[in-house]
Amino acid sequence: MSALTFTVKQETAQRVDMSPLSCQLLKGKSLPEIAAIELQNGKRKLRADELFEISGSNTQQIIIKNSFAKLDFIAKDLQDGSVAVEGEAGAYLAMGMKSGSVTVHGNAGLYAACEMKNGLLTINGNAGDFLGAALPGNKQGMKGGTIIVKGNAGQRAGDHMRRGTMLIEGNAGDYCGSRMIAGTIAVMGSTGRFLGYAMQRGTLLLWQQPTLSATFNDCGSHTLAFLPILFKSFAKLDSKFADSTEAFDRVQRFGGDMAEKGRAEVLVKL
Amino acid sequence: MIINGVSIDATFAEAFPMKATRAIITAQNEKWAMISAQAMTGFATSVIACGCEAGIERVLDPSETPDGRPGVSVLIFAMGGKGLAKQLETRAGQCVLTSPTSALFAGIDDGLQIPLGKNLRYFGDGFQTSKKIDGKRYWRVPVMDGEFLTEATTGRVDAVGGGNFLVLAESQHQALAACEAAIIEMKKMPNVIMPFPGGVVRSGSKVGSKYPALGASTNDAFCPTLKGITQTDLSPEIESVMEIVIDGLTKEDIDNAMRVGIQAVCDLGAANGIKRISAGNYGGKLGPFHFHLQEIMA
Repeated sequence: MSALTFTVKQETAQRVDMSPLSCQLLKGKSLPEIAAIELQNGKRKLRADELFEISGSNTQQIIIKNSFAKLDFIAKDLQDGSVAVEGEAGAYLAMGMKSGSVTVHGNAGLYAACEMKNGLLTINGNAGDFLGAALPGNKQGMKGGTIIVKGNAGQRAGDHMRRGTMLIEGNAGDYCGSRMIAGTIAVMGSTGRFLGYAMQRGTLLLWQQPTLSATFNDCGSHTLAFLPILFKSFAKLDSKFADSTEAFDRVQRFGGDMAEKGRAEVLVKL
Repeated sequence: MIINGVSIDATFAEAFPMKATRAIITAQNEKWAMISAQAMTGFATSVIACGCEAGIERVLDPSETPDGRPGVSVLIFAMGGKGLAKQLETRAGQCVLTSPTSALFAGIDDGLQIPLGKNLRYFGDGFQTSKKIDGKRYWRVPVMDGEFLTEATTGRVDAVGGGNFLVLAESQHQALAACEAAIIEMKKMPNVIMPFPGGVVRSGSKVGSKYPALGASTNDAFCPTLKGITQTDLSPEIESVMEIVIDGLTKEDIDNAMRVGIQAVCDLGAANGIKRISAGNYGGKLGPFHFHLQEIMA
């Protein structure tokens, strides 16, 4: 069976809610049924086949071609299956994803992987603000799974993050790991201001020296036994993080945020 | 059956179902991993009084351990699941957590999960942190030499305890030399331990005693100094008997260990004073696992 492929005919002026086209909702549906699915586009609805050329039949393997930055909610609540986005992805990419994999070959918008529960999200370009965060008003962001960002991440990456792993090969914006409850964020590039702001628990693993607020205290340099295990778990990923030459176990440990519980840590490569 | 002049008795060893788990101890070097493993498996020769039977399975190469450091795998056996969990936790807490540079990992992923470091984490007094990596939960407990890293749980499996064979020799030193040769070969086998000191028992027991308080007592039928005054199982030339007890994760593991062990004894042969190989059983009425010596050596 060939992958179910949605090829954008023409970009729309208004945003499109792509959530009805997630793998688990299309299971068992025929091509005409999929073509007739209505998608919210601004204040009107349009049929899937008005926006896309649709081909292929494997509903558990979806490809979105010529994707643009107004396609929101791609792979929402994805359960098994895979979604490949060739182009840009809009906001709320892989929101609430439960399992499976999502790969974006361009950039992703705001709130990518927000409240994600499990699975693997790979963004080959940049990610917008609030990567893996909680939706406004909610108290828990990403609860599991792995996010790889090969470019840069915006502000508030991992805001309210509860569990899981976020791997950023580029830079992270301001407030990275803010209000983080637990989990791991690794950043190979630079980090912005207010790193780990109000962070409760969890680990920020950094390759570059950050600018830390006064509420993170230096706990000294250490060799930590869990780091080789963590890096070993990255080995299977398609990422710079899988490169064994990038691995280390010797770090400077900063504890904080002392204005919060103070059980979080920022580990900086030595 | 006679192998190299050694008579293999037409009898069988009788063994019992047990619960078992494996833990992997790593440390800065093999020396400290071994020290921790020896402490953890100390005083664990027999469930009769030790609560469990434990032993070092083998030394692990750094490439085989979860954290890439030298390690040692240990197997722990107990009669029941609760007893096993209690022994594991107590021994891990007193012998591994306390041991410099140590880390502790699950050696069995399948089966019912029992606490390994899950409760030891409270030693961290709230400073402990957890990491879930590849579906496994680890605890990092701050300790004075750095951090104690432990996996939260390990798998518990059904196992077999009490496989055994007896080495009957013309002298004590010949019996011991034969047992030492057997242990060298048996230690190369996976999934088994020989829990007694050095793997060898010199005080094999029978069920019951003239003293009502004791459930087991010396196996007088195999005691050479009683040959003339008890219903002995020894011929006049036998001066010493030693036993090797084997616990294994499966019956096949014990079969294999017994085979290489008995073969090593027989390789020394009658020329080195080894006369017979026998085994301990209770008439087949107590344990469901029977290891027939002649079938194993066939």
